[in-house]
Amino acid sequence: MFALTEKNRSIAQLLLNTGTCPRCVFRFCCVGLQASYRHPYKRIRLENMEEGAEDLNQNGALQQIPVTDDANVAMEISTPKVCNVCLGILQEFCEIDFVKKVSDLFLKQGLSLAKEDIVQLKETYKWIIHPLFSEELGVPADGKSLFEVSVVFAHPETDEDCHFLATVCPDCFKPAKNKQSVFTRMAIIKALEKIKEEDFRKHFPYPPSSPKNICAALEIQCTNGAIFVAGRYNKYSRNLPQTPWIIDGERKLESSVEELISEHLMTAFKADSFNFSSSGREDVDVRTLGSGRPFAIELVNPHRIHFTAMEMKELQQKINNSSDKIKVRDLQLVTREAIGHMKEGEEEKTKTYSALIWTDKAIQKEDIAVLDDMEELKIDQKTPLRVLHRRPLAVRSRVIHTMKSEYIDDHHFRLHLKTQAGTYIKEFVHGDFGRTKPNIGFLLKRTADILELDVESVDVDWPPTLND
Amino acid sequence: MAAAPGVTERYFTRWYKPDVKGNLCEDHCILQHSNRICVITLAEAHPLLQNGKTIKSINYQISANCSRLQNKVSGKSKRGAQFLTELAPLCRISCSDGEEYTIYSCIRGRLMEVNENILDNPTILQEKVRIFAYIEFFLIFIPALYHGLIF
Repeated sequence: MFALTEKNRSIAQLLLNTGTCPRCVFRFCCVGLQASYRHPYKRIRLENMEEGAEDLNQNGALQQIPVTDDANVAMEISTPKVCNVCLGILQEFCEIDFVKKVSDLFLKQGLSLAKEDIVQLKETYKWIIHPLFSEELGVPADGKSLFEVSVVFAHPETDEDCHFLATVCPDCFKPAKNKQSVFTRMAIIKALEKIKEEDFRKHFPYPPSSPKNICAALEIQCTNGAIFVAGRYNKYSRNLPQTPWIIDGERKLESSVEELISEHLMTAFKADSFNFSSSGREDVDVRTLGSGRPFAIELVNPHRIHFTAMEMKELQQKINNSSDKIKVRDLQLVTREAIGHMKEGEEEKTKTYSALIWTDKAIQKEDIAVLDDMEELKIDQKTPLRVLHRRPLAVRSRVIHTMKSEYIDDHHFRLHLKTQAGTYIKEFVHGDFGRTKPNIGFLLKRTADILELDVESVDVDWPPTLND
Repeated sequence: MAAAPGVTERYFTRWYKPDVKGNLCEDHCILQHSNRICVITLAEAHPLLQNGKTIKSINYQISANCSRLQNKVSGKSKRGAQFLTELAPLCRISCSDGEEYTIYSCIRGRLMEVNENILDNPTILQEKVRIFAYIEFFLIFIPALYHGLIF
């Protein structure tokens, strides 16, 4: 039984007085027990624990709690008027008459309703236990909810019962690296479909014998569905990796973009762990300027999930105040589906950069002006030497959309470029032993080297910009 | 086309193997990247880099059955790479004065790639040397061990 709280009493009172049906009143009072709604609507009463029965309103519901459909209460109800919120949907249209009408309609069409399959054990278990949990906790049980309760049942006595299938259908049971046991659910199903009835009967008693013991509930786990926080980050340090740089257990560089951002999120959301991903990434010695690079963090099993926009802003401020090496903006909660937008950006969208370039032979303004005129320059890049140990050897064609040079002195200039996603900028400048063609050195008929690189923009319009 | 000196100094360690195969002055220089990939190059003292030498042709066909140009690697682990021992020949270079030189691997490993640019333009090999005191690379591969190399 569910009682209306003090807070809800005034809401309930207001609604009842203005022509709202009891079921809608429940909805506005966040009543999560589904059973409450199933009481016949004409008989629902709301009791006021402190004051006892009060006067009726025109809806015919008494202000009494707890909810009961006890017909023995003194006050009788007059015919309820049409609810001003649900317009009668939760009133007349929940009655048996309407149900009969609709059923007749599709039965006439000759649609078959019978389910031919044996009902699954898991499903039946859920049918029984969901309402029980609902009753116990006062919240609706949603099969598709992100809050998951998992129970593992074990029965050692019958664990080996299925092993005979491996001798009869050996090809269904192939050991694989990650599998603990070769007897997986899928493998067993396959074998059962394959095996002939006679062979099955030879190995297994039919009907199955009675177990001596009941199975045991081995593991009970509750996890909250993962929460996704997205934003854009700027990186101002030339000495900060995106992810922790650890070789043979030894950390090579202090901290990382990922840790600086997720540290505070983990604390705020009280999550068990996180997964960081971003729309591309930059080298340790490259800064990310402009509006920053989109990122998303999956917080696994968060213990706190409700955050207002204001609280997110405060969290953003906290992260920004904690380090001068990075800055985040547009911090917000997003859905899992939204992550797809970010990854799409990684492959398809353009990026702009600013590079500080050195040349061996002296240059004049005219020498570098040739670069400004080049549009949609096609280059071929073999996998750079510096990543060749962990990438396949291949040639990638990329496009440098535009370039704009800025003369500094006779051996230095700054180059702004807008390129296709996936272009290795450093190699485009120094040529990587001629393995990126053409390259800046080649275009200027000199030898060039890159002294500094900054990402000016990552042209992905996700996540949505927030007005700070 | 060589890479800028900054790049080689920044990312590579130089190793020298002098008088390869007993031939005086045929010094090789191995540039070892921090990720262990090596680039085999010629050292300054090598005859090919001396004044007056003109390269006529470069041949990657080192025997009847083996051409370094046929080396094809696939996948992240570079399957299909040709195995190289220290004295495995990489290519043969003929000069206009009739002299012929063989470039050797110097280290054990697997061949990833050879420099095909020099086939069309052999002079790049020698071009940069006077300015940067190192020369164009020949090829690259991942070594397993180093023998008799001098730092």
